[in-house]
Amino acid sequence: MKLNSKSKSLLVALAIGLLLIPFVTDTLLGRGWVRIVDFAMLYIMLALGLNIVVGFAGLLDLGYIAFFGVGAYCYALAGSPHLALAFPMIFPNGVHLSFWVILPLAALLAGGFGVLLGAPTLRLRGDYLAIVTLGFGEIIRIFLNNLNAPVNLTNGPQGISRIDPVSLADVRLSVTQEIFGISLPSVHLYFYLFLAFTVLVIFASQRLEKSRIGRAWMAIREDEVAASAMGINTRNLKLLAFAMGAMFGGASGALFAGFQGFVSPESFSLMESIMVLCMVVLGGMGNIAGVILGGVLLAVLPEVLRHSVVPLQQALFGKMIVDPESLRMLLFGGALIVMMLYRPAGLLPSRVRRRELDTDEVVETV
Amino acid sequence: MEIFLQQIINGLVQGSVYALVALGYTMVYGILGLINFAHGEIVMIGAMLAISSLTALLGIGTPPLLALPLSIGLAMLGCMALGYSIERIAYRPLRHAPRLAPLITAIGVSIVLQNLAMMIWGREYHSFPQLIANDPHNIGGAIINDIQIIIFVLALAIMAGLMLLVHRTRLGRAMRAVAENQHAAQLMGVDINRVISVTFMLGSALAAVAGMMISANYGLAHYYMGFLLGLKAFTAAVLGGIGNLRGAMLGGLLLGLIESLGAGYIGALSGGVFGSNYQDVFAFFVLIAVLVFRPSGLLGEKLAERA
Repeated sequence: MKLNSKSKSLLVALAIGLLLIPFVTDTLLGRGWVRIVDFAMLYIMLALGLNIVVGFAGLLDLGYIAFFGVGAYCYALAGSPHLALAFPMIFPNGVHLSFWVILPLAALLAGGFGVLLGAPTLRLRGDYLAIVTLGFGEIIRIFLNNLNAPVNLTNGPQGISRIDPVSLADVRLSVTQEIFGISLPSVHLYFYLFLAFTVLVIFASQRLEKSRIGRAWMAIREDEVAASAMGINTRNLKLLAFAMGAMFGGASGALFAGFQGFVSPESFSLMESIMVLCMVVLGGMGNIAGVILGGVLLAVLPEVLRHSVVPLQQALFGKMIVDPESLRMLLFGGALIVMMLYRPAGLLPSRVRRRELDTDEVVETV
Repeated sequence: MEIFLQQIINGLVQGSVYALVALGYTMVYGILGLINFAHGEIVMIGAMLAISSLTALLGIGTPPLLALPLSIGLAMLGCMALGYSIERIAYRPLRHAPRLAPLITAIGVSIVLQNLAMMIWGREYHSFPQLIANDPHNIGGAIINDIQIIIFVLALAIMAGLMLLVHRTRLGRAMRAVAENQHAAQLMGVDINRVISVTFMLGSALAAVAGMMISANYGLAHYYMGFLLGLKAFTAAVLGGIGNLRGAMLGGLLLGLIESLGAGYIGALSGGVFGSNYQDVFAFFVLIAVLVFRPSGLLGEKLAERA
């Protein structure tokens, strides 16, 4: 890739700006907000993963958070003392694999689940996939909730705690580190880790979009019959999109578990899937910049609501009438409807996608 | 043997409720080719409306035998209005849009309804007021109570009525015509928009009754009950062959039986590894199995078309 000097300096400025985010947030808003920004990065990764499935290939996955959960539990089991409870003979101290071993493991496991789920449903129409993934998300949660007996694998609703924090080589991200005389607290370190992975995911998405595979996905999305007439193996490619999205989800899940140090089934409810879907739809299905915008907006929204709706209601009515949590979900649901009705291609539409989702044009071609 | 009989009874009662909900999915699918994701939430709203109006009516001293039909009527009217507005607002503008669009609005509608219900009725469980003595009867060692008998008989009667409506009336003929071929029906002078609206209202009315039944059977209603119920009823519709009314009824009853027998015996079959807390998983495996081996369902004739 050749860059002229102007775009080169733009890129450098962008990089410096991104690297400064945790410091700026820390000084302006406080340490708690750096944590929120970290979570926003995780959500962006998740949304980009889902974007491959929904945006590129046009497959509606409503249980996407289940793959995130699979990745998170994979990290939790392979990097905590928990398995010592279930198998004291085999793992007296639990399992403590390296981050670099767990991450691909989590991605592969989630991808495997994706294939398992996609294989029977992807040859049917899209609606079935939507509802089967919806069910799958719920099933995974039921299993996570109940697999504490007869062998305590997931520790049930209490979840798994004391998960090893991420450590790269010998640098532990859970404690403040000094680099070149700058002291970097744990949340800052995780921010840089997540930033690196997000950039990687963005890069991968961009390359995928322009690749032969990506173009085939878009062909399938726009007209499956025509695509298969052109010699595209639609079933395998749909399966690939599904598995790839699941792998991104699994990897983000592993990062989440390492960052949070604790996982429990309630982090993987249907509402989380809806939230990630909302990020993709709001920003613009199939458009990477749009999805990032959607991810940032929706990851920060609950915090903004918490800090604005509660005091506002206290001031107006003297008590809380609508709690910010349900207001947030109401807004998400409303956003899905309004976006589809009035701006189906999202806030930052991708050019191809807009052409496809524009109702009038479709009617013309019918 | 008593356990077996008991699970059969429970399964049939539960299954008749699934069948009523599944009919709503299947009617809309038959006509529009759309999965109405929000249908489960309509069931929940029906249950909530029924409980609220019933409690209010009993509170002002209405005799139970008058309060019950009144509250059923109120719940049905409320749900019909809801079903009509959902179709008008969220589905009709997107009738010619690509597949993904109405699916996403349907999800949006379902989230909005769920959270509205939570704002109105709160997060707590609402108990269904006890109206009749609800005496248990003993059949060969198994227990069936009055409410269960009423639910089963009423569900069968409603299904019979629906079949008559669809196959013997002018409206039913119009519905079948639209399902067969929208354009041809329109050319023959059928008001498509009206037929679709009526279909949504019919399905919603059935959902209201089903919601009331299920909350009467368990004695409880909750803002989150619609999600899983909707998923199971959809499974029932697919099991019977989506788009096929008889299929939805058969699928509902079968799914009820599978679930209750499964929950009753899974402990013994798996040597105690899995318990009845996995009851909700059966419907899902049934769904996957149907999609793999017979995507057209038990009574569906043509294979599910591709996207």
